[in-house]
Amino acid sequence: MSTAATTVKPVMPAKHYLNDNYGIRSWLLTKDHKRIAILYLCTITFFFFLGGMFAALIRLELLTPEGDLFHSDTYNKLFTMHGVNMIFFFLIPSVPAVLGNFILPIMLGAKDLAFPKINLLSWYIFIVGAGFGLAALIGGGVDTGWTFYTPLSTGYVRTPVIVLAVGILIAGFASIFTGLNFIVTTHRMRAPGMTWGRLPLMVWANYAASLIMILGTPVIAITLILVALERGFHIGVFDPKLGGDPVLFQHMFWFYSHPAVYIMILPGMGVISEIVTCFSRKRVFGYTFIAFSSIAIAVFGFVVWAHHMFVAGISTYSALVFSLLSFAVAIPSAVKVFNWTATMYKGSVSLETPMLYALAFIGLFTIGGLTGLFLAALGTDIHIHDTYFVVAHFHYVMVGGMVTAYLGGIHFWWPKMTGKMYPEAPAKLAALITFIGFNLTFFPQFILGYLGMPRRYHAYPPEFQVLNVLSSAGASVLAVGFIMPLVYFLWSLKFGEAAGDNPWDAKGLEWQTTSPPPTHNFHEVPIVTEDPYNYGEEANVVH
Amino acid sequence: MEFKLPLFPEQASSVAGQVDAFYLFLVLLTTFFSLLIALMIVFFIIKYRKRPDHKAEQIHGSTLLEIVWTAIPLGISMIIFVWGAVLYYHLQNPPKDALEIYGVGKQWMWKFQHPGGQREINTLHVPTGRPVKVTLISQDVIHDFFVPAFRIKTDVLPNRYMHTWFTPTREGNYHLFCSQYCGTNHSGMIGEVVVMKPEDYAEWLASGKAEGSMASMGEKLFQEFGCTTCHRPDAGARGPSLLGLYGRPVRLSDNRVVIADDNYIRESILNPNAKIVSGFQPIMPTFQGVVSEEGLIQITEYIKHLSQQDSEPLSNRSNPAVLRDTEVPTIQQELKGRGNEPAAPSGKKP
Amino acid sequence: MEQQKGASTFGMWVFLLTELMMFGGLFASYLIYRLKFYAAWEAGSSSIDVHWGFINTLVLIGSSFTMAMAVWAAQKGDKNKQVMFLIGTMILGAAFLGIKGIEYKAKYDECHIPGHIIGKAFNASGGCMADGKVTGDIAKEFMEHQAEIHKPVPEAFAKQTADQTQIFFSFYFAMTGLHAFHMVIGLGLLGWLTLRASRGEFSGQYFTPVELGGLYWHFVDIVWIFLFPLLYLINRTHG
Repeated sequence: MSTAATTVKPVMPAKHYLNDNYGIRSWLLTKDHKRIAILYLCTITFFFFLGGMFAALIRLELLTPEGDLFHSDTYNKLFTMHGVNMIFFFLIPSVPAVLGNFILPIMLGAKDLAFPKINLLSWYIFIVGAGFGLAALIGGGVDTGWTFYTPLSTGYVRTPVIVLAVGILIAGFASIFTGLNFIVTTHRMRAPGMTWGRLPLMVWANYAASLIMILGTPVIAITLILVALERGFHIGVFDPKLGGDPVLFQHMFWFYSHPAVYIMILPGMGVISEIVTCFSRKRVFGYTFIAFSSIAIAVFGFVVWAHHMFVAGISTYSALVFSLLSFAVAIPSAVKVFNWTATMYKGSVSLETPMLYALAFIGLFTIGGLTGLFLAALGTDIHIHDTYFVVAHFHYVMVGGMVTAYLGGIHFWWPKMTGKMYPEAPAKLAALITFIGFNLTFFPQFILGYLGMPRRYHAYPPEFQVLNVLSSAGASVLAVGFIMPLVYFLWSLKFGEAAGDNPWDAKGLEWQTTSPPPTHNFHEVPIVTEDPYNYGEEANVVH
Repeated sequence: MEFKLPLFPEQASSVAGQVDAFYLFLVLLTTFFSLLIALMIVFFIIKYRKRPDHKAEQIHGSTLLEIVWTAIPLGISMIIFVWGAVLYYHLQNPPKDALEIYGVGKQWMWKFQHPGGQREINTLHVPTGRPVKVTLISQDVIHDFFVPAFRIKTDVLPNRYMHTWFTPTREGNYHLFCSQYCGTNHSGMIGEVVVMKPEDYAEWLASGKAEGSMASMGEKLFQEFGCTTCHRPDAGARGPSLLGLYGRPVRLSDNRVVIADDNYIRESILNPNAKIVSGFQPIMPTFQGVVSEEGLIQITEYIKHLSQQDSEPLSNRSNPAVLRDTEVPTIQQELKGRGNEPAAPSGKKP
Repeated sequence: MEQQKGASTFGMWVFLLTELMMFGGLFASYLIYRLKFYAAWEAGSSSIDVHWGFINTLVLIGSSFTMAMAVWAAQKGDKNKQVMFLIGTMILGAAFLGIKGIEYKAKYDECHIPGHIIGKAFNASGGCMADGKVTGDIAKEFMEHQAEIHKPVPEAFAKQTADQTQIFFSFYFAMTGLHAFHMVIGLGLLGWLTLRASRGEFSGQYFTPVELGGLYWHFVDIVWIFLFPLLYLINRTHG
């Protein structure tokens, strides 16, 4: 943990953004993007564990074929609230609102984001939205599935759908404001010398995700407004009995919700670019290609939504078009995976915890992405649509991909954010446990899906039991892997070693300031003269 | 807990083998590329691990390599796409001589009707060796008709007929799942498809307590609801005759041409003024709320029955609203404005 | 400062883009259902008062003019004119909302509010009692006017069309309601800007908030410019 050739033990700087101001008002009325990132961190960690608790209950129920642990209505609420909490209140904000908020301005050499007050407003809006979500939970929970398909959600359930829909749409506005902030900051607030071609890939990734955030999220907002209106006032926009079209809801819902998955994964990919370069001591292979593939994913992501609807009643012609486009969107992701792997070629690779998570990401995301091809292909999709195959696919990309990248990023930037190092040995162990637990949980689900076990079933035919038991066993291991970081990160706040400015000896503007950074990020405005990931210039270093 | 670890569902339909073959291809492809990446990563982290004497070599990239590893995945994707599309096209288009069965899904059960009038709940008996087309509709929310052993699936929508088809090849009992979340008892909406030898199937049909074939039930309803008042083959009829109608093109009053399929018939009964046949007035009342989904299905069967009787060509123009095949306008003719000719007066004014 | 102004304006444009996407979803659904229920769209559109709609359009265009003048006055640093034009914009905006209120009340009286939660249950055929008169019989109006302009339609068809206008009115209220909601927020913003202007905060050096407020107000105006023809004009057959 010492840097360069000195052997002086690093110390925390005297004044930094955490101790600059004390008191609850200084936190709740802060305009500092770093503090807002910490606020988001605490909030979404709560929702992650809440959603995780629902997952645990789901896997408990699925140990036996009969629906004997919960009443079916309760089970339906469990998977709905698991999905809603994880997607809208954890995954969508995770990397952008926590890591992006913290790191993006520093990476750009700026003092803060373009609109600091809007950044704080975004957190408050998120809290209000999440509050509605909790209200819906306390009001009994919603049981429509996170996809809210009509007419089930508008006319056939008696749960607080409107409350939850309003909560999600409000939280969506938090997402819009974050995206807006990132876009304007990236365009207008780069330090002198920081051209577009010198931006770290984390910035490119968050920029692409922000484009999706601002264009896609308003559509889910209006869709949920219409659902709420239909439910509240009994009008007939999606109700077939009054002439409405339930499939129109699906089009409008997926028009946002498909790009949403790219909002979730792109920032994670940005994190991976940062980690792989640092721990290979190499510039990234194919910078331009990775940058442009982020934009390509954002653009293509908007034209593939109906691949969720191949059996829902769209025409054969539409299905062919959307299938073709869905293959197109897979290509840029593949390009990135190859580029990251090539980055390690002839590098100098070390396996600290962030790198372990990054490598896990590359492997698991590859599997998750490739299984997406099964779903994009019309011939197989007919069979595996709405089965556990889909569940396994999206958990591979969301958990094996996104959550892994998020954890890798937290480990990577934890020293920068807190000034403390987490304990390396438990961290590596947790990474290993998570990896094993994850695969054990979700790999059997591919098989279950092809066998025909449908989604959202709390009772199933007995021949599916063995695989379900394997999956639940894996889930208990995975839970351990997720709880461990919570414990040792909290431990490190009090007992961790001071990290120093640059414990990883990484390139990038954020490592040129103190850990934690001062409130204004830099003591003097940096001038950028080098390309990013300029690892070639260093002398040989022994750690 | 019995220890059963199946990996594939049984192959019980003519397409199951094809779907499985495609799936296997994808599995091999996925395994190959995943292993490729995984092994390369493991190889690199060992071979290029950080060592005191070893410095990383800074490589910008290689445009050639980028092109190669964009083009190859693209090429493979296109192969997958085409294979999947061909299979899909086959899965979507039932053969013309299929046995037609109707199904209604509702929370939380399946109701099936055979053409001979036999009804079943949550069970579906079908013979081997013959294509079966199942036409489905929902009474409430969206459901999904999924038989893993056949590798087929379709959503079941309210207010709109959907269909799927399969040719069973192996006797046995197979799961039928509802696989679109539909509320409380979604996981309980499970049924069974019983595939039998054709002789056994015929026996089963005969033994069933059918109240009469679907078509005859439909004919009863057709008379009960007074449809015969207007829908008659004679020249003075106020409504178009339905003889030979099913499956043929129909010219509408706005000069569009549509095919008289299941959905057209259903719409004409529930929302008669959406499409008016050329030469007739929009005077038909709606039967929304009056006739049940099963009733609609039976009436449709009856109308199909009327077509099957009249297989001779319509040379005497007794049914002028129905077009002969040679008359179906080509798109070019429509574009050239031939479709703007006033409709020939055929039906009588009221 | 220059960078901040550039950044803020850019940010406002990005925000307006998100608003466009939100209204876009509604517009798209509206157009899809128009294809499906053309006759009902004709009938429903003809039953909303185009005179009030037209006056509202003029009012809103006028308010955009006063808003532009307010931005100009802020640039010039003329405090009195700023306040005057901002207040003028607010008055016109409030007038718009008032006229909308009149229209909504008319629909309420005629039993044309969809569903059966607000006021009287939806009923477009057979008429609705209000002040001892029977109003809002769209089925009857439709029959009469179709006979005049096209050819007679049977009663069953007219009734069915009238029943289907419920979907038209769902969109009418959703679209104009969302628009009115944005106008109310706009009025709030204008009030805040007026307060700041009266304190002399804006000048040639710094008038960004007024400019941004102007952008927002113009956007709300433009949405109406699309709403008016779509709802009031293109499907209209009479009245």
